[in-house]
Amino acid sequence: MNKIVLGLLVGALLGAIDGGTAWFTPAVRPAIVGIIIGSTFKGLLAGVAAGIFARKVNSVPLGILFGLAVGFVLAFLVARLQHGYYFEIILLGSIVGMIMGYATQRYRTTPASATAAR
Amino acid sequence: MSNFLNDKAVERLRMAGALPEFSGTRYILQEFLARGGMGIVYTAQDKTLNRRVAIKVLDSPDPHGALQERLLREARVLAKLEHPGIVPVHDAGTLPDGRVFYVMKFVEGSRVDQSVAGVSSLPERLRLFLRICETVSFAHSRGILHRDLKPANVMVGAFGEVLVMDWGLAKILQPGPAGHSEEIIDSTAPPPDTVTADTATQITSPTQYGMVMGTPGFMSPEQAQGKSSSLDARTDIFSLGKLLEVMVKPAKNSTAFRIPRVLRAICEKASAVSLTERYGSVSALAADISQYLDGMPVSAYRENLWERTQRFYVRYQAAILLITVYLLMRTLFVFFDRH
Repeated sequence: MNKIVLGLLVGALLGAIDGGTAWFTPAVRPAIVGIIIGSTFKGLLAGVAAGIFARKVNSVPLGILFGLAVGFVLAFLVARLQHGYYFEIILLGSIVGMIMGYATQRYRTTPASATAAR
Repeated sequence: MSNFLNDKAVERLRMAGALPEFSGTRYILQEFLARGGMGIVYTAQDKTLNRRVAIKVLDSPDPHGALQERLLREARVLAKLEHPGIVPVHDAGTLPDGRVFYVMKFVEGSRVDQSVAGVSSLPERLRLFLRICETVSFAHSRGILHRDLKPANVMVGAFGEVLVMDWGLAKILQPGPAGHSEEIIDSTAPPPDTVTADTATQITSPTQYGMVMGTPGFMSPEQAQGKSSSLDARTDIFSLGKLLEVMVKPAKNSTAFRIPRVLRAICEKASAVSLTERYGSVSALAADISQYLDGMPVSAYRENLWERTQRFYVRYQAAILLITVYLLMRTLFVFFDRH
């Protein structure tokens, strides 16, 4: 499994869980399905971005920082569409982005077999 | 005479007189560098290629020819081992006085123990050790045992390269019928009287059963007992364990780090008295070091639940912190939303 696929899976999973936690906020409970779908999609995007970044840059701190930035931007866009809950959505979305950045950086892919010596 | 020449001057003259004569060769002798098990290493200038080289010369004429053969054998061993961690041999020959020599790359750097003294990071020291393991493992894969691994024989070059030096006591192995190693080159060497120990701590003599070669403190028990026929990769592993102990030892009065229990266990397993308790190969030792560096369990140490939890926490510190912050914030938001 490469880093992009991992980012995709982790992003989708964390996005779905993040969206699912909205169930604890009674005011938004009627729209929980839409929130979960939206959050999963947001997670997918952030995960793929973090995966691509992890393939280019090999640094856990930079990966976390990148995840924070992507999570922040996407969560801001979602909050704008929601017209509310800015602080909740952006803060938690940013943390989820950081977790994705961390996961994609820590995951080690099997290096391609060395043929240079031949 | 004594009015003109004091003791120091006489000593200098004596040393100058003992310098090997390189006339007729392409090398100009420059200065004394070090004394090895059976030879002296000088720096010299290669006139043809106009570069500085290191030359190892037999320290005295060898009427029996055994030491000459051993020096040439060392050169052949080095030539056989083409690896970034082993100094390349450029040339070999005989001086007008009959002494043999070989020419190798001149390496500027410091001994590994001196080099790591300035390194406060334990992982960095371990990564350096892994590179030594890589070189020794390569030699083993070519059927060669070093037999004298110690801090003085590992150099860290100017570009950070790690070089395993002085293969003068190397043993060439070939698998025997019962899986035992067998020496194929120097086992029949006669015991010449001209063997010179390089320092007070080193004992050298030709390899015959019952003869001891190596450095006390770093040589394995079986090596110290002179069981030359029973030596295998685990002999070098013992020395590597002792070398690791030196390399991870914090500098005096240093509070930078303490040797972790796991690392101590790795050292103990590598330098176990019993052959069967040691690592089976250098790559197994290196694997344990790599596992330790990655925060994974090692074969040399059985950890308890608390230690396992600690290791897990250290390994996934950032993830645990982020998840905790997430859960905390989510809980706070739910709490404030409801009140």
